[in-house]
Amino acid sequence: MTEIKFSEESLALANRIISRYPEGKQKSALLPLLHLAQTEFDGWLSEDTMNYVASLLNIKPIEVYEVATFYTMYNMKPVGKCLIEVCRTGPCWLRGADDIVEHIEKKLGIKDGETTADGMFTLKTVECLGSCGTAPMLQCGADYYEDLTNDKVDTMLDKLRASDKRSSYLKSNRQEI
Amino acid sequence: MGRKLLLEHINVPGINTFDVYRTQGGYASVEKALKKMTPDEVTEEVKKSGLRGRGGAGFPAGMKWSFLDRKTDKPRYLVCNADESEPGTFKDRYLMEKIPHLLIEGMITSSYALGAKTSYIYVRGEYMYIIAILERAIEEAKAKGFLGKNILGTDYSLELYVQPGGGAYICGEETALLESLEGKRGNPRLKPPFPAVAGLYGCPTVVNNVETIATVVPIVNNGGDEYAKIGIGKSTGTKLISAGGHINKPGVYEIELGVPVEEFIYSDEYCGGIWKGRKFKACVPGGSSVPILPAELMLKTAKGETRLMTYESLADGGFATGTMLGSGGFIVMDETACVVRNLWTFERFYHHESCGQCSPCREGTGWMEKVLHRIEHGHGHMEDIDLLVDVAKKIEGNTICPLGDAAAWPVASAIRHFREEFEYHVKYPEKVVNPKHFEIEPFRSEKNLVTA
Amino acid sequence: MAKVTIDGIEIEVPDGTTILNAARQIGGDVVPPAMCYYSSLKETGGKCRVCLVKVSQGSAKDPRPMPKLVASCRTPVMDGMVVQNITSPEVLEARKGVVEFLLINHPLDCPICDQAGECDLQNLAYEHGAAATRYEEERRTFEKIDIGDKIKLHMTRCILCYRCTFVADQLTPQRCHGVLNRGDASEISTYIEKAVDNDFSGNMIDVCPVGALTDNTFRFKSRVWFTKPLDAHRDCPKCSGKVVLWTKGEEVLRVSARKDQYSEVKEFICNECRYDHKNMNDWTIEGPRHIERNSVISQNHYEKIDLQKLKLEIDRQIVFQKGKQLPEHNESQA
Repeated sequence: MTEIKFSEESLALANRIISRYPEGKQKSALLPLLHLAQTEFDGWLSEDTMNYVASLLNIKPIEVYEVATFYTMYNMKPVGKCLIEVCRTGPCWLRGADDIVEHIEKKLGIKDGETTADGMFTLKTVECLGSCGTAPMLQCGADYYEDLTNDKVDTMLDKLRASDKRSSYLKSNRQEI
Repeated sequence: MGRKLLLEHINVPGINTFDVYRTQGGYASVEKALKKMTPDEVTEEVKKSGLRGRGGAGFPAGMKWSFLDRKTDKPRYLVCNADESEPGTFKDRYLMEKIPHLLIEGMITSSYALGAKTSYIYVRGEYMYIIAILERAIEEAKAKGFLGKNILGTDYSLELYVQPGGGAYICGEETALLESLEGKRGNPRLKPPFPAVAGLYGCPTVVNNVETIATVVPIVNNGGDEYAKIGIGKSTGTKLISAGGHINKPGVYEIELGVPVEEFIYSDEYCGGIWKGRKFKACVPGGSSVPILPAELMLKTAKGETRLMTYESLADGGFATGTMLGSGGFIVMDETACVVRNLWTFERFYHHESCGQCSPCREGTGWMEKVLHRIEHGHGHMEDIDLLVDVAKKIEGNTICPLGDAAAWPVASAIRHFREEFEYHVKYPEKVVNPKHFEIEPFRSEKNLVTA
Repeated sequence: MAKVTIDGIEIEVPDGTTILNAARQIGGDVVPPAMCYYSSLKETGGKCRVCLVKVSQGSAKDPRPMPKLVASCRTPVMDGMVVQNITSPEVLEARKGVVEFLLINHPLDCPICDQAGECDLQNLAYEHGAAATRYEEERRTFEKIDIGDKIKLHMTRCILCYRCTFVADQLTPQRCHGVLNRGDASEISTYIEKAVDNDFSGNMIDVCPVGALTDNTFRFKSRVWFTKPLDAHRDCPKCSGKVVLWTKGEEVLRVSARKDQYSEVKEFICNECRYDHKNMNDWTIEGPRHIERNSVISQNHYEKIDLQKLKLEIDRQIVFQKGKQLPEHNESQA
């Protein structure tokens, strides 16, 4: 089992992040470092990944587990290459978000929370993403796909599959739809 | 045509870059404040302007700044609350994406007024691409000498950083935000002590919304009195309204406080009226946490006066016949919208976002969601409606932070104004089993059905 | 010093004392209940909302009432403050509401729960709760697990007072468990299969107000009201060595720290004292421990009996059973 360790570039970035905070308060870097770790290590936070982050910040592992499970953006289980997060709160629902979710479920053959057999897509419904004016919409990694219709969703899924890249909150992989 | 103070130059190509922003008069407030004003004078202007917190609470910003403990030796912090997660609200995202330097300029001027040497902008994690935009803008400003050591040759230095969240609505509450900034779970703290005395790392801190800080720029440029001339009464200046739902032109609009609600909804300058030629049924004007109002009460107060987009006018009538301006997340519903289902999505939201510290909110939000789920899916009982009102009353006021109130108010107001719709769900379960029940058969009041 | 009036009774306390601690100095019915506050642990309190009281006058200088009910365990007293606890129907309604909320996800485990008889939630529900439940939805459930071989965790019973995490932080060398997830899915857990066995961790069992964390060595051995609690001590280099032995005949069924009248342990004990000395001869017995009179444990009548008092009590019971008016009695408990 390969040891979990940041690349040189990521480690330099991690140290730059840690230096933003006053002396002794490096625990403030926990949330940004978890995002960095999640991106670097297959899009989810394993126990080893979290222990590594704890060692970087000199804090107890349980403190990392507590924070990672509190916030919804940290995946505690492996996810598909593209995590499709569809907004489901009031204003999006008013403009047809339920239909978009149903369409994706049918097209990919999975239900909310599941991953496709080929490991390409995971579907997740989430709460308000701050895009109520361009509803219905979804988020894939760093990219917001807005003003959705069934056709636009189809185009997006096909192009994401063709690009075959793992989605990440830290790097755009926007497809034209 | 209303005056635009924040979005005046939004359509100038390249306004998101430092150079174009500077040619449009950007960073003038920094020069004015650092070179010609003392920090107290800047605070005085903000006080005179009557600016109220634009994040939802509407607390006077100048007063909040004056509470900051300036006597201690501890470092002071300014933290910008960009954790916009209130359903219906997307104005901060619009501002930060299109004109990031406006926020940066506001942060510098405000930090100077508060004596902060390090300031943070806490942005919700889902807005990660906005964080990249802000960081680029900060680099540009630093390269031009507006951040870092000895800004513009004065002895004021400021380091500005952007902090990502991890996905939690509760971190929009100021003390939960500070907990998250310290790298912990976003559990709100008990107040007192207030952040102005003991905030980030136990030091005096001011937490303000993005729009509030951005508004400091025109206030310093034109003077607080000029700003106070716009608006009515204690609702001064302009506000960004994020309009969504069943309207023709959803989007972010900067309005002068005092515009009539009817004009805001129907005029082509703003929302452009209800879509698909339908009728206006209900509206939630300030983000999901504020009471919902039926169309008649939204356009006119209970006394028959025209309802205006101000803090006072929207709150006219208390919670019996009024609502709140809140964050300005304006959600409009037409006649095919089911109030019960909409309420269920809101309660599902609060249940999902409750931090779990205090019993009323942790258990109560789950309970209300489950009861509403039953009613919406055809398994409700008549007693459930009064049960919901009672549970909402038991949560309200008994929680550590306002999330409990925010979960309780929509329930109480929806049942107060739309009780018939809830009773319809209980009486005709076979009709509501289809999620699109009101698109197929719009809700008609039973009173009308009898006479028809 | 500050003067505060609670339910009409005035008391003077040092500055910085909380309303709850001021009420505890008065004693009796005036004291608000507390489920998450623990005086021997720092930073506890304010979460369960059981101790909410009404401050009808903030202070002599600023007599405005406080707009919302406040948590008495975390609100410091100000000179001239007027507080209403049981004299305010609003407070009693709020408390009833909070008790109801605590019970909606709490399983009806009393018949099989070791904590019965010394359970804070049972006592609280008896005093302030409703007679029946209105909750007909599904309850959140968890599997019961062993965190180490000495502590059993029934997460379904947990009311998330966070006291055990404070014990781990403040008394043990390295905290290895915490609160995971959010909202009502919150879970006390070690995240990975791990034993919580660092020294002094056994105190979690004593501070837990409900039967979520229980002593595995005592599990199902006996109901507490059939045991005889004895004060005892031993020479211990690590802790004060002052314990309560819960005995049946000559057998020591369990060892716990001493709780005061508010169910709070003032002197915590180490794991060795708690688990490794179950022989009566290991201890110097001091005498029967007085558990407060209202507790079901004291019904055992194991203490030296005051015959005078007992006769008066029996007379009172006879009169009551005959359905006549109760004679004046200042320790009323029917």
